[in-house]
Parts: sequence; C-alpha cells; structure tokens
Amino acid sequence: MSDKHQATFDPAKPGYYNLRLYVAGQTPKSVAAISNLKSICEEHLAGMYTIEVIDLLVKPQLAAGDQILAVPTLVRRLPPPIKRIIGNLSNTERVLVGLDIQSGEPPAS
Amino acid sequence: MKEQKAPGPEDKPALEKAPTGIKGLDDVTLGGLPQGRPTLLCGSAGCGKTLIAMTFLVNGAVDYGDAGVFMSFEERSEDLAANVASLGYDIEGLIADKKLVIDHVRIEPSEIEVSGEFDFEPLFVRLAYAIEQVGAKRVVLDTIEALFSGFTDQAILRAELRRLFGWLKDRGVTAVITGERGDGQLTRYAIEEYVSDCVILLDNRVHDQVTTRRLRIVKYRGSSHGTNEYPFLIDARGVSVMPITSAGLQHRISSDIVPTGVADLDAMLGKGGFYRGSSILLSGLAGTGKSTFSAWFANAVCERGERCLYFAFEESPDQIIRNMRSAGIDLEKHVRSGLLMFESARPSLYGLEMHLTRMHRDIAEFQPAAVVVDPISAFRGVQSEIHSTLLRLADICKERGITAFFTSLSLASDHTTEADRGVSSLMDVWISLTDVEASGERNRVMFVLKVRGMSHSNQMREYLLTSDGIKLAAPYIGSEGVLTGAARQAQEARERDAATARSQATERRLRELGRRRASIERQIAELRAGLEAEESETEMLTNQEVGREQVLLADRAAMAAKRGAAE
Repeated sequence: MSDKHQATFDPAKPGYYNLRLYVAGQTPKSVAAISNLKSICEEHLAGMYTIEVIDLLVKPQLAAGDQILAVPTLVRRLPPPIKRIIGNLSNTERVLVGLDIQSGEPPAS
Repeated sequence: MKEQKAPGPEDKPALEKAPTGIKGLDDVTLGGLPQGRPTLLCGSAGCGKTLIAMTFLVNGAVDYGDAGVFMSFEERSEDLAANVASLGYDIEGLIADKKLVIDHVRIEPSEIEVSGEFDFEPLFVRLAYAIEQVGAKRVVLDTIEALFSGFTDQAILRAELRRLFGWLKDRGVTAVITGERGDGQLTRYAIEEYVSDCVILLDNRVHDQVTTRRLRIVKYRGSSHGTNEYPFLIDARGVSVMPITSAGLQHRISSDIVPTGVADLDAMLGKGGFYRGSSILLSGLAGTGKSTFSAWFANAVCERGERCLYFAFEESPDQIIRNMRSAGIDLEKHVRSGLLMFESARPSLYGLEMHLTRMHRDIAEFQPAAVVVDPISAFRGVQSEIHSTLLRLADICKERGITAFFTSLSLASDHTTEADRGVSSLMDVWISLTDVEASGERNRVMFVLKVRGMSHSNQMREYLLTSDGIKLAAPYIGSEGVLTGAARQAQEARERDAATARSQATERRLRELGRRRASIERQIAELRAGLEAEESETEMLTNQEVGREQVLLADRAAMAAKRGAAE
C-alpha cells in the first residue's frame, strides 16, 4: 500500500524532493504522520515533491533493507544526502530542519 | 515455573532447556538456557559476549536443528561472519542453508532527527520477518543497549524493550540478549530488570599480566545451576567453559592396580601398585629423580600396551629421551609405536587456563590410560588458581579413569612446602623424595606419605638410580637411626665383622672342648690300663696262692703218709 503524490515537475531538476514515509499499519501515529507530512510539503515544497508511503506490515523485508528501526520514519531520498526523521512529524520546525528546508522562505518560484 | 502451579516437587515438570552446545556451560546450567525465554548475557567489553551468543546460534543450527536469528546492533553481518570464521563457523553457509539470519540494525545517532511520537514497531517487524524466514527457535540481540545511544527518549525505549521481551517470550523463542556491564549494575542501562529468567555474567580479569575469562550464572529462574565463577576459554576451537567439577565427584572408580614401574616401590604399596585412575603426587627436591620415576611409570604403562601422555614443562621430548636412556629406559620406541606422546611447553607460554584447555583437549584426543605432568610446580601464579587448575586437571583425568602422575619440585628440604600442601589433598597417593646429608654425601631417600585405600610401607627407604632401574636398598633402621649410603655400608661392614668374630669365638670354644675331651679320654685310658695291670697282677698272685695251697696240702699229705708209715 503505497500511494504516490506525483509532482508535475521534472524529477531530475534540482530542488526536487523524493520522500518516503515508513509506517506500520494504520495506527493513529501513522495517520498523523501522513497528514502532517502532506501539509508541510504542500506549504513548503508545493509541486516539488513525491511522497511514497510504505507499510512495513505489508512489506516487512523493507524494514531490514532500508534500516528502519522506528515508525513513523520519514526518509529524504532526494536530494542527497539521505536524511531521516522519526516521529509523527508533529513538530513542523524539526521536520523542516531535518529535511533541510528553510522555513519562512517561499517555495522556489 | 511459578505460574504452572505444580502440585508437588516430584511431579514438577522440568524446565525445558535449550542446550548451548558449549562444553561446560551446559553442565553448569544443567542442560542449557531456559527454552522459550530470554537470557541476559552481560559483561564488559571484549569478554566474549558476541562470540558466546553466536556460538549458541551456530551450535543450535548445526547440532540441534534449531534455526537462529542474529540481530546485531553493533557489527555488520560481514564483520560478524569474518570474526567468527576463525572459530571454524561457516556463517555464510548457514545463511545459504536457511539456518541462520543475520540482521544488522544500523543506528546512526547523527542521522536521527526526532519530531513527535514514534515506536519501535519495525524492530518487531524485522524480527518477526527474520524468524519466519527460517523458522527460528533461537534469537540473539547483540547489543540491544546500543538503542540507548541513538534515542534519547528513554521512556519510549524502556516501554518498547519491555514489550519486546514480552513479545519474544510469547513467540516462544529462546533469546540471548547481550548487555554491556555497567557501574554497580549488571548492564549499563539496567535492562536486567526486563530480562530476569536467566542472567549470565562474563568477566575478563588480568592478573600478573595473564588474562582469565570467567563466567558466572547470576540467576536462573526455575532451575538450579552451578554458582561459582567458572573460567572459560575462547580459542581456535570455540568457547569452552571449565566447570571445576562437572562430574560432581561421581567418578567411576576402579580396583585395578597399575604398577609403578619400579618393582621395589610396588612392594611398598599394599596392593603392588597404584589404583587405576588415581592421582599420584611425587614431590621431591631437585635431583631426586622425579623425572626418572615418571619415565619408569610411563615406560611401564607403554610396556602394557596402553597409551601414555607425557606433559613436560621443563625439558624437550628429545632431552627426556636422551636423559632417560642413561637411566636404562628406551622411551623412543614407545614414541615410535605411538603409545607415548610428549607435549612440551614452557609454563610461561600461556596462562593456566590455556594450559588446562590444551591438556584437556590433548587428553580428549589421545585417550591415554595414564598422564604424566612433569612438574606441576612449574606453573607460576596465584596459589589458589594453580590449585583450581590442578583440581580440574585431576578431575578431568579421574572422570576418564586416567591414572595421573604429577611431579612437584619441593623447594625446601621440608617435605610439606606450601605448594605440596596446596595440592596434596587432591591426590590419592603422595610419595615424597628427599635427600639425607650425612658423612659428606647426599643420599636419596623416599617414603610413601599416603595412599588412599591401600596399606603401605611406613619406611623411609634409600633408593639408587641405576642403569638397571630404580633400586631400593634394604632399610637399615637400628639404634643409629636410618642410615644411608656409605654410613649404611659401614654399618653393614661392622655388623659383618662382628658376626665373623662371633663365629670364630664359637669355633675356638668347640676346638678347646675337643681338646679337653681328648685329654680326659686319654687319662681315662691310662687309669683303665693301670687298673687292668693291677687286676692281672692280683689274679696272678691269687693263682700262685692257690697253687701254693695245693702244694702245701700235697706236702702235708705226703708228710702224713710218711709219718703214718713210720708211725
């Protein structure tokens, strides 16, 4: 169960964000994380991101393969370097720091 | 155990155990780790936690058919495989055979940004996935405390750990959780409060520059266990724990007699030798022939066609063979026939534990009927450790019915030196060699101090190391005390002289008597001759008298006739 929010932008373009959110089942924490992430992205990265939600209960092998230890874990796969943020993403400030997004700065054009 | 509410101790179901396959550890835990429960293995850095945990899995997979999961929080799986390859564990092979899964959980604190609530469900997912992949019965978490360095929120972590151990129990896997030793508590983050079924503490102490690893079972819920600290070793053949008395002093004993190799010594022992499987201590001063006695003993063992293992700590095998040739023993032929094996090593080569393991391994491989250790006094170290080492060595031999012959160098001429006293109580037989200084010479004297279960001579005996073997001189014990060497020979000469003088006096007296008898008999003959002469004289006179009477009568008759005619 992975749903993608495809952006209209060219993925190769610099400034493009490929995000992956790992959850384990539809727990309140994961539901909160998904909605928090969406609102943050819409606010700061509108049109420049992809979100892939991976449920580890469905694909348990990915837990080891991607070195996931806690849920929810948000992984910034692009741009490099890979960054990880764990938690339900309720603290927007920390998410922005973790994703290396300058808050307050309007999204690039 | 408590929940099961057993009606009585006799029909209480025994706790099921998962054997570790580690020699000795299964003895002290009376069968292994508690099956289906977590066990905490804690110790400071470098004391072998990971190795023991891995051995538990590998042995489980290879020997007991239990697949395993190794979840490593520290080392990568390639590193783990490489590290234990030196022990002969084929990790890659086991992984390929679906008997083992290694999952490396990478924790990089610098990469972790926390925003809001989280839990460790993926850890459960990963474990469950790994367990299902191979149908694992055994799980190792090494070292789960690493989580504490990556996550600062201890409240979440502790709650999740509690859940994890409960979950492991519910799944019925036998788990080993390793933990770093902390100050004043068993583990740095006190995870022992979650894992309370079995706790094993490992320790690595350096004493006199020699490291000794030790293992202790702190607790084992629902089972009795050995409570001591047991030394253990990690060498090329894996982990082995040395339980001091794994057999619990219940050796099978034998009434067979093993000759000592010295006929005169056999005669001093009530049954003509040592009991098979007994431990013999031969203590003595320098140069009293301890090695010679050992060599004769070894020779006697080999002559009977039995195997003998000779641990030499002071001489090389070639040197022993050469030296014993001068004592009239050909050990070389036994070496060639494979009955005699020498194991030479300097005592300082390794620590006591290493020596003990080496001996243990050699004994297990060579299967000897007798073992010679020459000398045990070569071991240097803390007295109590030497004592326990020898105790275990003696036990190893006893267990297998091996006659063990130990020599020990006494330092002072007092035969009860510290070293001997320390080990003598372990020994069934104690023979002391000493020397007696008198008349400008040193003479070797032996005596049998004790022989368990056998009468023995109480004499101090002088012995001679000759090229025909060891000969015991006849004891001289008299008013002069025990005499040895030249003094004994002088005394014997004196006694011989006195005996000669006595026999000469007797002969003289006999001759005297003969002479007197002859002279008396001569006198008797003379007297008898005189008497006979007198008798014949008297007879002659009597005859003359009779004749004269007849003549007188005849004359008288003639005169009467004449007178008658004239009258």
